[in-house]
Amino acid sequence: MLKKRDDFEDILEERRNSSDLRYALRCYTPVLYKGMTPCKADTLKSMVLQSNQLRYVISQVSKETGRATDDVREDASAILEEMAHSLQLSTVRFFAFTLSKVFKTLFRSICVNEEGIQRLQQAIQEHPVVLLPSHRSYMDFLLMSYILYTYDLALPVIAAGMDFMGMKFVGEMLRMSGAFFIRRSFGGDKLYWSVFSEYVKTMLKNGLAPVEFFLEGTRSRTAKSLTPKLGLLNIVMDPFFKGEVYDVSVVPVSISYERILEEALYAREMLGVPKPKESTSGLFKARKVLSEDYGSIHVYFGQPVSVRSLAQGRVNRCKFNLVPRHIPGKPSEEIQNFVNDTAYRLVRAQEENMVLKPWVLLASLLLQHHHQNQTAGQERGIALDELTAQAVWLRDVSREYGAFLNWPGVITPSEVVSSSLSLHRGLVRICEGRVQLAVEQTGTGEPHSAVTPEEELLSRAVVVLSCASYRNQALHVFIRPALLASAIHAASSNQKQEVFNSFSFLRNMFSNEFILCPGATVQDFEEACYLLVKTRALQVTQQEVLVTERGQRTLAFLTSMLDPFLQGYQFIPAVRKFIVKHLLAGRLRYTEVLSSDLQKNALAALLRLGAVRKIKGAEPGTLKVNAVMVNSLEDTLGGKLPMQKAVSARL
Amino acid sequence: MEVLKLKDYKWNAVTAECKAQESQKTAGCSGEAKTVPRKRHEIMKWNGWGYSDSRFLFNKKGQAEFTGKRYRLSGMIMPGLKDWFEVTFGASLQHKTPATPVLTSSSVPPPTLNEAFVEELKSTSIPFSLDAEDRVFRAHGHCLHEIFALREGKFGRVPDMVVWPNCHNDVVNIVELACKHNVCLMPYGGGTSVSSALECPPEETRCIVSLDTSQMNRILWIDEKNLTAHVESGIVGQDLERLLNESGYCTGHEPDSMEFSSLGGWVATRASGMKKNIYGNIEDLVVHIKMVTPQGVIEKSCQGPRMSTGPDIHHFIMGSEGTLGVVTEVTMKIRPMPEYQKYGSVVFPNFEQGVACLREVAKQRCAPASIRLMDNEQFKFGLMYSQMKNENVASLLSFLMKNKCTSLITSFKGFDPNNLCVATLLFEGDREKVLQHEKQVYDIAAKFGGLAAGEDNGQRGYMLTFVIAYLRDLGMDYYVIGESFETSVPWDRVLDICRNVKARIVAECKDKGVQFSPFSTCRVTQTYDAGACVYFYFAFNYRGLSDPVNVYEQVEHAARDEILANGGSLSHHHGVGKLRKEWMRDTVSNVGMGMLKSVKDYVDPKNIFGNGNLL
Repeated sequence: MLKKRDDFEDILEERRNSSDLRYALRCYTPVLYKGMTPCKADTLKSMVLQSNQLRYVISQVSKETGRATDDVREDASAILEEMAHSLQLSTVRFFAFTLSKVFKTLFRSICVNEEGIQRLQQAIQEHPVVLLPSHRSYMDFLLMSYILYTYDLALPVIAAGMDFMGMKFVGEMLRMSGAFFIRRSFGGDKLYWSVFSEYVKTMLKNGLAPVEFFLEGTRSRTAKSLTPKLGLLNIVMDPFFKGEVYDVSVVPVSISYERILEEALYAREMLGVPKPKESTSGLFKARKVLSEDYGSIHVYFGQPVSVRSLAQGRVNRCKFNLVPRHIPGKPSEEIQNFVNDTAYRLVRAQEENMVLKPWVLLASLLLQHHHQNQTAGQERGIALDELTAQAVWLRDVSREYGAFLNWPGVITPSEVVSSSLSLHRGLVRICEGRVQLAVEQTGTGEPHSAVTPEEELLSRAVVVLSCASYRNQALHVFIRPALLASAIHAASSNQKQEVFNSFSFLRNMFSNEFILCPGATVQDFEEACYLLVKTRALQVTQQEVLVTERGQRTLAFLTSMLDPFLQGYQFIPAVRKFIVKHLLAGRLRYTEVLSSDLQKNALAALLRLGAVRKIKGAEPGTLKVNAVMVNSLEDTLGGKLPMQKAVSARL
Repeated sequence: MEVLKLKDYKWNAVTAECKAQESQKTAGCSGEAKTVPRKRHEIMKWNGWGYSDSRFLFNKKGQAEFTGKRYRLSGMIMPGLKDWFEVTFGASLQHKTPATPVLTSSSVPPPTLNEAFVEELKSTSIPFSLDAEDRVFRAHGHCLHEIFALREGKFGRVPDMVVWPNCHNDVVNIVELACKHNVCLMPYGGGTSVSSALECPPEETRCIVSLDTSQMNRILWIDEKNLTAHVESGIVGQDLERLLNESGYCTGHEPDSMEFSSLGGWVATRASGMKKNIYGNIEDLVVHIKMVTPQGVIEKSCQGPRMSTGPDIHHFIMGSEGTLGVVTEVTMKIRPMPEYQKYGSVVFPNFEQGVACLREVAKQRCAPASIRLMDNEQFKFGLMYSQMKNENVASLLSFLMKNKCTSLITSFKGFDPNNLCVATLLFEGDREKVLQHEKQVYDIAAKFGGLAAGEDNGQRGYMLTFVIAYLRDLGMDYYVIGESFETSVPWDRVLDICRNVKARIVAECKDKGVQFSPFSTCRVTQTYDAGACVYFYFAFNYRGLSDPVNVYEQVEHAARDEILANGGSLSHHHGVGKLRKEWMRDTVSNVGMGMLKSVKDYVDPKNIFGNGNLL
């Protein structure tokens, strides 16, 4: 399972040794698609406004609403003004200069795979390119543009959420560095959708600049990849389906942070402390982050994926022959499925090239240990050498599973562990050679009576959730084996079919939570079996799945990895207060179940499985509960009921 | 041979032998010259395109020349061709792949004969032949794989005999006998098919009789009141035009293959002519068709110019590709010969502008008799021809003039020689109107950045059309194989289809291990109200490939998939044959297939016309 991956170069190294100013002012001459000359932002706008598609929708809207075409066109023009980027080289140079300074303060290194850059450069010249970075931090897109500028590549135009526009000055700066802004929701607004999609397509078709957006739609607060959003992916593939371009290259980019800038912010946000509205002053308050050490960043530019070759044999482009291409239409089921599958594939490609730091493994181990101790009523932590030994064991397991692990080879494991711990000293405490999560509020100085048990629980949860977000970085490595481990655990026998049914139930349940490609249950099951057999944790025969002696430890680790999620899903129909009560009473072990992200995913799963359903016409947010279904799900997850027999799949 | 130096290059392709035949009047015939003798291989290549005496070759000095005396290019030396050839294909004159020089009769499979049929046929005194040469000649069209196999001296299933009916009644007799004795009939006209339509189905076990219509080549009458002519179906295009011209008329139907293709073939494949903008395509030209089928003769009872009598039965016949019967006689519209013809050409800064101009011309419905737009690669190819040398001083002078003109164009501001493309034009009509029309078109062209580039460039473009097929044979002598194929596509898709299909060809070649970059170019050859006809040319150097024909076919297949995915049609005028059958169902829907099948089942239940085309 060891994958061949490229080597990294640290781009900050040169910045530390030569003038940032000269770097910011250097000659920048990127190669472009078909040797195009980049066009002015204004030209682009008029191309969009004069496009057949937009003209058609404008006249349609005008007919529907009875408003004059000119008025509607004004609207469209205003939308475009609000949306469009105004990329300027001077702003880019400004960012190149300031970001150099900032990055050097914040990070030890920014490592980029240069072979990936070369592949990208090639791809840009051949076909329109779409960049799809993972999204964990606000930093992501500035970082992307910074890297592309550094390597003299065409600067991308980036789809950004309107929330940035709240920050007046910064919003405009970002606009001038290539961001264009889209509203978070514009559901039925035909005109908006049309302006938006035509804008993106015009840039893409003409190869004016690589288009960059985040498949996950928003920053993942949990460091776990989010299930992909399909809107933009649909838009960028459309020109290929309609034959307007020969091909589109899609490049997944994996950005891994050793320490995420927004670490604690995310945890609070998920616990219900509302998300601070992005504001310029808020960003400046973030200045205190400048004094801290955020370790290194790894940016891996994946293999460019040809949409044409993906669509080969799956999409019948002739379907577009009978309607003029500028008339917008709902994508067919065939297209929707294709885009959805592709999106999952691409997110998995992002995951696969995410660099994992040793701390990710440590966080997983510490969390498991924390919960076990908590149940046992003692919170004494784990001995440092024990932790090191476990980390080394986990390192080897995860490598076998194909993890892209950045474990320094030149220093001893104990040095690796201690340096990781020291970088994350906000989350762990070491005393008397024992390591534990920094969950106790020590030295707050506040009178004890002022803190209610609820508040105390929440502040503990902040640490746990922060820690979990590091563990989550490794989830994609373990998820399939972990589902299998839990399935074996839950299944009533060792019969392969039984285990598969159980696997398939869990997989289905968790398909909002993890990146599990739709329709790939059998492949996932086989992959999990393969990995566990390969590491000699399992023996799989025609009929049976048997855990080996040696495999007990692996399986125990894997099951506990999934446990917080299992528990979270059991209690989802219940309200938050209820969870808190249970946690306090010690009936629930995992503080993580408080995470709004987990609850949101679980709710989505329940909706999908028909356990609850939205009531039409009722107040938004009102759900009808299918009591029978919920109970059965709850029991099944709790291990009280056998898994329902899944539709028999060929194993 | 003064006649061969006539400026009008098209009609001088008449052989001395044909002239000799002129005097041999066949009984009952009006005594026209016959271009196509029964023994075709006596004047035409058995394993290549066109007349045996006309071919490209590299002479001892390594210069390309075109032999023979039939064409305007004949006897000329083209110094630029060698460089162009070597640069474009990476080919070398050292690496030759000569064809098997002579047909060895012994390697042709012996005929499977239906004795009873042969016996009865003898009694009708309709000439027939069992000679290997005759049979092999009618076993193929001009697809790459067909010619490639012949050059290698390989023969698959060939017809077992060839019959030459002299008139409609002969055909009726032959079809009756074929039905009676269960013999498979394959009509053969000009043999210029590029759809594998003439390939004998290998699984056919019955005796296959090739029904060669070439001797049915008379104009039976001309009706000057109604401007129609009644013509036998075997007449080839050049004879039809020449004979009508003698009476001051023309049909104006000029497909690129018109030297060899026949009227019956045009009807059977829904042919299209270069000047369709004035005269229409075959379906517009035909007034009445007589076809012999196993169920009897099908024809309309009158010659009304338009009828509302249910679905037009002509449309069962046109495009039936020899699967229903033999077209024997056709009444066609004719026109007085145009008083004045003028060629022209326009150079555009790029292909996009060129297409936009053609679209505008079509929109204003002011297309000249012919308007064609070549892409940059073809433009460069044309430039190479403009540097032709001839021994005589006058043409040397004109060569210099042309050369000067070329450098003028390429140095014109904003014109990048790697983007330039050229449209060739042909205007026809009375002089004043032509000049007026010409101005209108050039004015439109100017709006799209087009510059008039002279009559000669235009004329040369049309001349090249007739020799380009000869050029493929030259390529095949030096490891280069290629072909052209066509489609029709709505206007909004023209640019996309051109770009994507060309790119697909390049990508597929790379994918299939072709060592040299392929020649992948296109041109827009016809304009319509709602779209255009696009031709793709594709050739590559196959050195290093073990099965070049297979690679070629895979690439062409992929290119056709790409055409269909980009909204192009399966064919504009080449037809379906057997080469494109697999896409028919998707093209015409299940019900459409059912309709066509049920017609076939009624008309020819025993599959006498068993060439296996179309369905």
